[in-house]
Amino acid sequence: MDTKNIMIVGVGGQGSLLASKLLGHLLMGRGYDVKVSEVHGMSQRGGSVVTFVRYGEKVCSPVIDRGQADAIVSFELLEAARWLSYLKPGGRVVTNTQQIDPMPVITGAAEYPSGLVEKMEAAGAKVDALDCLGLAEEAGSAKAVNLVLLGRLSHYFDFPGEAWQEAIEACVPGKFLEINRKAFELGRGTE
Amino acid sequence: MKELILGNAAVARGLYEAGCSIASSYPGTPSTEITEEAAKFPEIYCEWAPNEKVAMETAFGASLAGKRSFCGMKHVGLNVAADPLFTMGYTGVNAGMVIAVADDPGMHSSQNEQDSRHYARAAKLPMLEPSDSREALEFTKLAFEISEEFDTPVLLKMCTRVAHSQSVAELSERVEPKARPYEKAPGKYVMAPANAIKRHPVVEERLERLSKWAGTAKINRVEEGQDNKIGIITSSTCYQYVKEVCGDRYPVLKLGMVWPLPAELIRGFAAKVSLLAVVEEGDPFLEGCCRGLGLALAGKDCFPLTGELSQNIVAEKLGLPVPEGKGLSEELPSRPPVMCAGCPHRGLFYTLKKLGCTVLGDIGCYTLGAMPPLGAMDMTLCMGASISGLHGFNKALGAESEGKTVAVIGDSTFMHSGMTGLANVAYNQSNSTVIILDNSITGMTGHQQNPTTGFNLRGDPAGKIDLEALCRAMGIERVRVVDPYDLKACEEAVKEELGASEPSVIISRRPCALLKYVKHKPALTVDRDKCRGCKACMKIGCPAISIKDGKAHIDGTQCVGCGVCGQLCGFGAFKEG
Repeated sequence: MDTKNIMIVGVGGQGSLLASKLLGHLLMGRGYDVKVSEVHGMSQRGGSVVTFVRYGEKVCSPVIDRGQADAIVSFELLEAARWLSYLKPGGRVVTNTQQIDPMPVITGAAEYPSGLVEKMEAAGAKVDALDCLGLAEEAGSAKAVNLVLLGRLSHYFDFPGEAWQEAIEACVPGKFLEINRKAFELGRGTE
Repeated sequence: MKELILGNAAVARGLYEAGCSIASSYPGTPSTEITEEAAKFPEIYCEWAPNEKVAMETAFGASLAGKRSFCGMKHVGLNVAADPLFTMGYTGVNAGMVIAVADDPGMHSSQNEQDSRHYARAAKLPMLEPSDSREALEFTKLAFEISEEFDTPVLLKMCTRVAHSQSVAELSERVEPKARPYEKAPGKYVMAPANAIKRHPVVEERLERLSKWAGTAKINRVEEGQDNKIGIITSSTCYQYVKEVCGDRYPVLKLGMVWPLPAELIRGFAAKVSLLAVVEEGDPFLEGCCRGLGLALAGKDCFPLTGELSQNIVAEKLGLPVPEGKGLSEELPSRPPVMCAGCPHRGLFYTLKKLGCTVLGDIGCYTLGAMPPLGAMDMTLCMGASISGLHGFNKALGAESEGKTVAVIGDSTFMHSGMTGLANVAYNQSNSTVIILDNSITGMTGHQQNPTTGFNLRGDPAGKIDLEALCRAMGIERVRVVDPYDLKACEEAVKEELGASEPSVIISRRPCALLKYVKHKPALTVDRDKCRGCKACMKIGCPAISIKDGKAHIDGTQCVGCGVCGQLCGFGAFKEG
C-alpha cells in the first residue's frame, strides 16, 4: 500500500500529543510501519503547531509535505485553514470549530477570517467541522477534545471499534479513561 | 522487542544498552529528551550541568575514571563546549565517551542554523549521523565501541527531524562493559606542550585508521538503483527524503559516518554513475569533501543552503513529480508563539517598555519579550551575552546609556554563562543594571531543574545556589528582589537601580506559571459596565485577553488570575473570579 498521511494541527498547549500517541499505538498494533514527527520548544508557546503521522508498509520521510496529507485533524479552525495546502486534492479535514485568536488578532493588527469552513470546501477539501469543545465538555472535560476529534476521524479508517478501544485504554491514564471513552463515542456518533 | 520510539529516546535507550553509567548535559532543543529519557534508567547517573562545557568535562572525567559516559547538547551548546572538545582528541578516552549534538535546520527553536559537522572535522573526531530512531539507537551503541577501539570521543549528530520523530526501533538488553580501571598516564592525559606535541601525530594517525574503517563499515553503504543516470550521496534525514521520492530508482551512498569520510568508497560510487548529486541540509560539507576528491557533482548549486530540505524539494531538484496542494488564496493571520497567560516575565517587560529602556536580552522564553505588543528587547545573541553586552554598551556610551539600559537574563541562563559577565561588571566596574528573571526553572526547553532551583534532574532535593548571596559575593552591593506581578514595585525598582551610581542586580522572582506546584487564582472576569474599551489592558500582550464587541474579554480557560491586567485598568473593570 501507499504510505498514508495524517496531520494533527492546532495551537501550542492544546494537547495534540495524546492524539498522535494514540494513533501511533493503534497503527503499530495493526502491523504498519509508522513514523510520527512532533514539534518541541519555542513554537509550543501558543504558536501554530503540527504533528505528522505516517503509516504504511515502509515509511521513509518522517514529515508530510504540501499536497500529501490524506487527512488534516485540527484542534482549531484557523489552523485547519493554515495547513490546507498540505492536503491532497479532495482530502479530508476534520476540525474543531473552536476559534482561538492569535496575537495579531488580539492586538487588532489582523482580523480572524470568517467563513473558513466554506472557503476550505470551495478549495476542494471535504470538511467535517464539529464543536469538539462542546462535546468534550458533555463527556466531562474540556481537555477531551483530542478524543472527540479521533472519534470523528475513526469513520475514515476500516479499523474495528475494539482496536480503537484498545488504543484508548493503552494511552489514556486510568482515571480519565471513562471521560475519554465517552468523548470518543460522542465524536464518532456525530453526523 | 520493537517499539515506536522518539529519536532522542532511542539515543537514551542506546546509552542504556551500551552500559553507559554517567550522563551530564545542558538542556537545549532539540537535544533535551535524550538526557531526560536516560534518567528513567536507574543504571545511568544523569544530571543537568550548569552549561555544556561543564557537562562535557564531567563526562570526560567519568570516562577517565573508567565508566562509559555521555553528554548531550544542542548545536550552539557545542560552541560553549568547544574548548574541551578540541583537546579531547589529543587525550583520547579511557572508557567510551559519546557526545550527542543536535542541529536545528530551519531554526524551529534556535538562534542560528550552524552545521555541527564542521566541529568533527576541526576537532579531528569521528561523527556518526543516524537517519531515524533505529539508527539512533544502534549508532549510539556503535559510537561507544568506536570510542574504545580507537581511543577517541565520538560525536553523534542528531537533527530536529531525527530527534523529534518517532519511528520503530529494535530494543535489546543492557550489556555491562568490561571494567577499565583508571591508570595514571600523564603523557596521554596532561596536555602541556611537551606531551601535546607527541599526541598530535597520534590524532592524525587515528584519523587515517578511522577513514579506512569508514570504507568497510556497514553504516556507510551503497544501495543499488535501477538507473545509474544519477547517484546520490546523502545522510541523516535527507536520506529519508531521497528514499521517499526515489525508492530504488537511483543508487544511493548512505553515509552513517560523516567524518572522517571513506574516500575510496565515494570515488568508486561516483565512477558508477553519470551524474553525482549530494543531498544534505546545512553547509556543503559532504560536497566540499567530494570536490576535494576531484569529483564533479550537483550540490548546493542546486539545493538550498538555508532551511530544511523536504521530500518535495528533493523531488523537484531531481526532476521528479511534485505533489500539488491547494491552500486558501487569502492571507491568514500568523500565530507566533507568545508568553503564556500568567507568565511572570510579562510584568517586567511591560515596565521596561513603559520606561523606554534599551534591553539587551538573552536566550529563553523571555526572548518572546521582543514580540509585539511588548517589543521590549534590543538584542539577543547567545547564552549570557546580555550582561557582557550591557557592560560593553555602557563602557562605550557611559552615562548616556547607563541610566536607561538593562540586561535581562533567566535564572538558568545566568548560571550557564551570565555569572562570568557579572564578574566583569563587578571587576571592571561599569554602572550596569542587570535583571535576573528568576522563574525558578529552565522554561523554554520544558522545565528542567538548574542550580538555583534546589532540585536535581530526577526532582530530588539538591544543592541550591542563593542568587542574592552570589551577586553580593561578586561585589555587587545593590541587589534587590521584586515580584513581577506587582507593576508598581517593578517600576520603582527599575527606576531606582537605573538611577543609582553603581552596578546593581534586580531579581524579578516568581515561578513559571506552568509549574505544577504553582497554585493559580480563579480566572478574572470583566465588568462590561465599567470597561470603557480603552485597550490599556491590551498593552501586555496576554493571550487570555481580547476585545469582544468593543470591550475587554477574558478567556477563562487560559487566565490564571495573575492580576497584571487589572493594574493597567483605570476603571476597575477586572474582577477577581
